[in-house]
Amino acid sequence: MPLVGAPDTKRAAAVVCRGLQKRYGDVVAVAGLDLEVRAGECFGLLGPNGAGKTTTIEILEGLLKQDAGEVEVLGLRWGTDDRALRQRLGIQLQDTQLQEKLSVEEVVRLFRSFYRRGPSVGDVLRMVELESKRRSWVGKLSGGQKQRLAVACALVNEPDLLFLDEPTTGLDPQSRRQLWSLLDRFRADGGTIVLTTHYMDEAQTLCDRVAIMDQGRIIALGTPRELISSLGAEHAVEFAIDRGAEVSTSLLAQLPGVTDARVDAGTVRLRVTEPHVVIPALLLELERQRLQLSQLATHQATLEDVFVAHTGRHLRDE
Amino acid sequence: MSRRERPYHPLIELTIARLLEFVREPEAVFWVVVFPLVVALALGIAFRTKGDEPVYVGVLEAAGSAEVTAALTKAPGIQARLVARDRADLALRDGEVQVIVLPGTPPTYRFDPARPESKLARLAVDAALQRAAGRADRFTAGEETIEAVGARYIDWLIPGLLGMNIMGTGMWSIGFSVVWARTRRVLKRLAATPMSRRDYLLAQMLARLVFLGLEVGALLGFAALAFSVPIRGSLWTLSGVVLLGALAFGGLGLLVASRARTIEAASGWMNFSMLPMWVVSGVFFSSAHFPAPMQPFIHALPLTALNDALRAVMLDGATPREVGAEAAILGAWAVVCFSISLRIFRWK
Repeated sequence: MPLVGAPDTKRAAAVVCRGLQKRYGDVVAVAGLDLEVRAGECFGLLGPNGAGKTTTIEILEGLLKQDAGEVEVLGLRWGTDDRALRQRLGIQLQDTQLQEKLSVEEVVRLFRSFYRRGPSVGDVLRMVELESKRRSWVGKLSGGQKQRLAVACALVNEPDLLFLDEPTTGLDPQSRRQLWSLLDRFRADGGTIVLTTHYMDEAQTLCDRVAIMDQGRIIALGTPRELISSLGAEHAVEFAIDRGAEVSTSLLAQLPGVTDARVDAGTVRLRVTEPHVVIPALLLELERQRLQLSQLATHQATLEDVFVAHTGRHLRDE
Repeated sequence: MSRRERPYHPLIELTIARLLEFVREPEAVFWVVVFPLVVALALGIAFRTKGDEPVYVGVLEAAGSAEVTAALTKAPGIQARLVARDRADLALRDGEVQVIVLPGTPPTYRFDPARPESKLARLAVDAALQRAAGRADRFTAGEETIEAVGARYIDWLIPGLLGMNIMGTGMWSIGFSVVWARTRRVLKRLAATPMSRRDYLLAQMLARLVFLGLEVGALLGFAALAFSVPIRGSLWTLSGVVLLGALAFGGLGLLVASRARTIEAASGWMNFSMLPMWVVSGVFFSSAHFPAPMQPFIHALPLTALNDALRAVMLDGATPREVGAEAAILGAWAVVCFSISLRIFRWK
């Protein structure tokens, strides 16, 4: 299945935007955004609610008009090439509600009728593993099935570029994994994906490159690996002291292999390069200060740590 | 539905989708199709020709009231009874009696001249008492009562109810489905596809036409069976008028719903646009009673045009040419409303 169109667009950028701005009254949703998504990659906009992810993606989808800035999608522009562009895009909106009283196949057939080319209704249903629900009404589907149907409606035209806005929000782990493998297959066929998410594990699993957004700006951009290694420490050690006793972070930061130490809601977080060196030293230091551990955990640094490092806040705070 | 792999043209698919959604919502079918039909039938029954109603007369309790009551009771078409002095005005106000007779020489009639039935009762009572007092009739006039099919009030009323039904059903069914799809952001999702926006709006009107035959057939069938209301023009002409009416109100429904963000707002606009037509467009009483300066506006309204055309075809057997003006008005409403809707329609 050739999912990427003409060969000349293969190496080109799928999405380019420069100086994108959008405000709602006094609220600045997008504050001057530059972005380039390459053809064939999966690009993630990661950020907390209200970071401007949905506004950004809806401008790229041609559903919202930007106040300022340039947008080019698949080498075309909104306002002049809309029909041609829509034929080549697949779009899943945040919590799309489809016609509840229609069956799965009726909805897919309806959406299929809007496009000149694409797989048959049956093929689309096989792709998203909804064949057994073919005759079920949309209103009777589970959350995961509804979401797969929403993706099915975005795939009916074999799009060159797939936009997904929070595709797995509210889904159980199994449904999320099912959707991820569906998107992997789309990628494997050469499709380009732009998605928004506030799940760092989703971004880490699916995305080739991630832009971390906060308050309408991109605060970090790169592959998940690059972003995490930019922290200078790929591991995190978290611990809590019994009865919430105070511990000096400046003292901890001087331990060998610790690059950063902060206290957050009673939990001390250390960013470290080598946990096996840090932990014995940490235990000795705590014993010297006569402090008792109530909890200790270590994990590989994640995009969440990147977000915390840039903003001092957690992704899910808001 | 069958396992159809290849879809039809989007316009057809959209129409099918709308129809399926509609029939799978039994409540919507009831409120949109059955309920208006029931209302129309109930009104038809309430307003059918009631036959020969007597006049109701009260005789004030006083000297001589027994003789007056006896004289009135003997006369045909008069129901007389005694009323106590303190009850008399109440009985008159509440319509229990239409005129009060105060016995005496000569007697006095008390009534409200603003009530047509009271004026009639006064004349009947006076004639009966004059006769009882010995007045001889110079002649007895022959009588011709109109019960001819096609000239009764019910014959005039049914086309009006039909018009009202076509208006109400068209506007509510289209308005609600569009606003519902908007609040659930189905419209936004559709707008993100290459779907032609004209196809979507057109499909709403087409889906409406499918049920039209059923709805109109039921009402006319009942009117013909129960009240023998005639259809003198050709069924083709009648269908054409009905179709144009449905398109005009489908367009108006789209227009009214084209910006509304909530069902409540849409309901408000629906009532706002339909209420004037219920009053002035000649559903229950002729629109000819309104002042002359208003007439051009009243005749430009789609319900007036529809009612006039329906009456002309059903009662006078009008040809398509004879209802051309009304047809043109309806067509213009359909086209203008549809075009404006297409421009201002809110997809998000």
